[in-house]
Amino acid sequence: MTTLTRREFLKTSGALVVSFAAPPVTEALAQVSAGRPPLVPTELDSWVAVLPDGRVQAFFGKMDMGQSLEVAIAQIVADELDVACDKVDVLMGDTGTSCNQGGASGSLGISHGARPLRGAAAEARRLLLESGSRRLGVPAEQLRVEDGTILSQDGRKVSYSDLVGGKYFHHQVEWNKQVGNFMDIKVQAKPKTPQEYRVVGKSFARRDVAWKVYGTDQFVTDVRVKGMLHARVIRPPRAACKIRGVDEASIKSIRGARVVREKDFVAVVAPREWDAVRAAQRLKVDWHALDGAFPAMDQLHEHIRGAKVVKREEPVKKGDLAAAFSAPGVRIVEAQYEWPFQSHASMGPGCAVADARADRCTVWTGSQKPHFVRDGVARLLGMAPEKVRAIWVAGPGSYGRNDAGDAALDAAFLSKATGKPVRVQGMRADGTAWDPKGPACVHRARAAIDASGKVIAYEFVSKGFSRQHIATNESDPADSLVGQATGIPAKGTQIFGVPAESYGFENKLLAWETIAPLVENCSPLRTAHMRDPVGPEIHFGAEQFIDELAAAVGEDPVAFRLRYLAEARHQAVVKAAAEKAGWQARNSSERTMKGRGIAFAERNGTAVAAVAEVEVERSTGRVWARRVVVAHDCGLVINPQGLRYTIEGNVVQGLSRVLFEQVLFDRNAVTSVDWASYPILEMQDAPAAIDVVLINRPEVASSGAGEPTMRVIPAAVANAVFDATGVRLRKAPLNAERVKAALSRA
Amino acid sequence: MASFRFTVDGKRVSVNAEPEMPLLYALRNDLGLDNPHFGCGLAQCGACTVHLDGEPVRSCVLPVSAASGKTVTTINGLGTPEKPHPLQAAYVEEQVPQCGYCISGWVMTAAAYLKKNPKASDAQLRDALAGLKCRCGTHVAILRAIKRAQTSLA
Repeated sequence: MTTLTRREFLKTSGALVVSFAAPPVTEALAQVSAGRPPLVPTELDSWVAVLPDGRVQAFFGKMDMGQSLEVAIAQIVADELDVACDKVDVLMGDTGTSCNQGGASGSLGISHGARPLRGAAAEARRLLLESGSRRLGVPAEQLRVEDGTILSQDGRKVSYSDLVGGKYFHHQVEWNKQVGNFMDIKVQAKPKTPQEYRVVGKSFARRDVAWKVYGTDQFVTDVRVKGMLHARVIRPPRAACKIRGVDEASIKSIRGARVVREKDFVAVVAPREWDAVRAAQRLKVDWHALDGAFPAMDQLHEHIRGAKVVKREEPVKKGDLAAAFSAPGVRIVEAQYEWPFQSHASMGPGCAVADARADRCTVWTGSQKPHFVRDGVARLLGMAPEKVRAIWVAGPGSYGRNDAGDAALDAAFLSKATGKPVRVQGMRADGTAWDPKGPACVHRARAAIDASGKVIAYEFVSKGFSRQHIATNESDPADSLVGQATGIPAKGTQIFGVPAESYGFENKLLAWETIAPLVENCSPLRTAHMRDPVGPEIHFGAEQFIDELAAAVGEDPVAFRLRYLAEARHQAVVKAAAEKAGWQARNSSERTMKGRGIAFAERNGTAVAAVAEVEVERSTGRVWARRVVVAHDCGLVINPQGLRYTIEGNVVQGLSRVLFEQVLFDRNAVTSVDWASYPILEMQDAPAAIDVVLINRPEVASSGAGEPTMRVIPAAVANAVFDATGVRLRKAPLNAERVKAALSRA
Repeated sequence: MASFRFTVDGKRVSVNAEPEMPLLYALRNDLGLDNPHFGCGLAQCGACTVHLDGEPVRSCVLPVSAASGKTVTTINGLGTPEKPHPLQAAYVEEQVPQCGYCISGWVMTAAAYLKKNPKASDAQLRDALAGLKCRCGTHVAILRAIKRAQTSLA
């Protein structure tokens, strides 16, 4: 394969480090593999290494999808070790160099992912100080560290690289036995307090910007292995469709192209990519007809309302709702909100390269869960997981379980079937029509208001397709299209969620209900996690309903929220967003076609509020969010600039989802197959300004930032549209057609 | 199959291919370039954008035969870390890309447009960039970078 310059150091990282106790690095390169401790969480060497030149490597089992996580991890490790930030390299998402920390997941990169790295770096510093103390003959308490050099008060010094450069620590740490997001270690060293941080809290530039801007390094789509075949997988034209026959002669004229088929999985491979593309277009497959698997698109939410509940949970239930709702003199406010299926629609279709041999397999994947790809490929191929190496290489965007996971398992399957390395990349429809979807859902909200205008009962019940009918990682072939098409049935997890807030309504119910998938296996409408799973879906309803309650009692939406929010940090973001936006309470009966709306939510410890300022064009129905203000509190801020840009991305993607995005389908198939049939926000509709207020709380451990803002944007926009027009839009997306129709009815 | 000769990022090249094969496949596979990228194959997103004699084109739909005798520039040939195009320098300054896969569309389209209209207004820029996609939502940062580049081009 071609040289992976940026990653060369990664591939050879094992070779740069030899045993702490072994002979010096110059003599010992040949002994490296033997001296290297096993890659297990209990070895300090699995987390951190000091190289002969004094550079530090941090081995991270998550990865940065372009939101500054890489540099943030470097900052955290640099502070604990007392080295300059630019001396720390973060090696991410390679099952050959890092433990399974769960991959990119749930905005947990800092809150959970950094924990073992922080502990390991602190422990390494403690061991290095002990070693330096012995070397210098000075008690460790009398030593200090400056950029990787240990100094005594009388000016003598010894560097980290002198002590351990290129060697292993061979030091055991205590592992909590968790695999994935919750993996952590316990060490003797005490990590620093936030007051001691010098690198954390400052803005450092990302490491993945320059190569992307100059085109000097590679995406997963650019990985090439010698002798590899190009493959295209042919997905069925209808949901749950089985193959009757394949006419292999239909691609006979394309040199080198051939068919790989097992049961209902069919693909073409060819030495040249263009030939694989042409063969996929030309191949004649005789599919069984299976008509009417889906309801009519305009009946989707009726279907959800009427479908049998498979699972129900009531995570928040307090007081006596029945009594409160039937109390004399109460006013009942009710509303329902609807959200469509949405597609990850990543910038490029999923891609992977696999090289499966008789006894081992290497997979280059853009999946954000490479360790789970390793496990899934191992099960698919019938190999032990340690025989599979999955290497994450930056992919064409990832916001959860998109089509990258299927590409990885497809590639492994096809490589085994053909005996050659295989590169799979989807066509556009594979990324839009066939990725796992964010779930369509309906939200029923009801509240009782007493004579004094107080909300005395509140219930919010979401009903929809499971947020992950297939699991969000690739560890089980049952959750992949190739698995299902070759006869492994889906397991089907049932889960949804409820609003995350602290509104102190005395009698309160927050519940969810899931329904069966429309098609059990091989469905283009199967569901899995998409950026902030069920966050925008639920809060589109919940935070509009809060505004509807404010309107019902004639109170300003900001004041109403502040009256009921119980937690101080929640109140603080609402106040901060309102203040930055210059929010003024006003008579909401003035309809100028310009308006502003607020929404608030919490997400796993992060509090966020957004104010959207919109302009609505009556003649076209176009909604433009001219300005969006976000106040964001995720505890201790690691890298303010990276955080701001991550929030900006959430704002724009959130605007896209609420204003434009819905997966279209007919009775048989998803008909959103490209950017024309699945439009997203383009430059004309980007805000003129996004103002971000960061509330830094060094005393509070960092929580996530990759997703929380996503959940407040939809309702902030819908509330602003109401403020501008007096029309309440309870069905997403608020696209021009729907807004125009609603305005003409009003 | 036929032979097509053209210039890519300053180098003269020759490709044997079906005339209707999109230029993108020639650049990526026959010539081994990592840019541009396949995004849609339908000229709907811009991830494959290159300059053909200075004009931005979507190489995913442009037949390789149409490049014959012409000059192709990819983002790789637009500038280098040592000698960056002002847009590339501004992109780094503003830390624009997130996943970064869409970048050829925005940079190559804006570079060609600024050549014609270096003092373009915000509204003109938004129009000129219509049709391009960025799924990570970096649009506001893209505009910041282009405006920064405009000041250095002025």
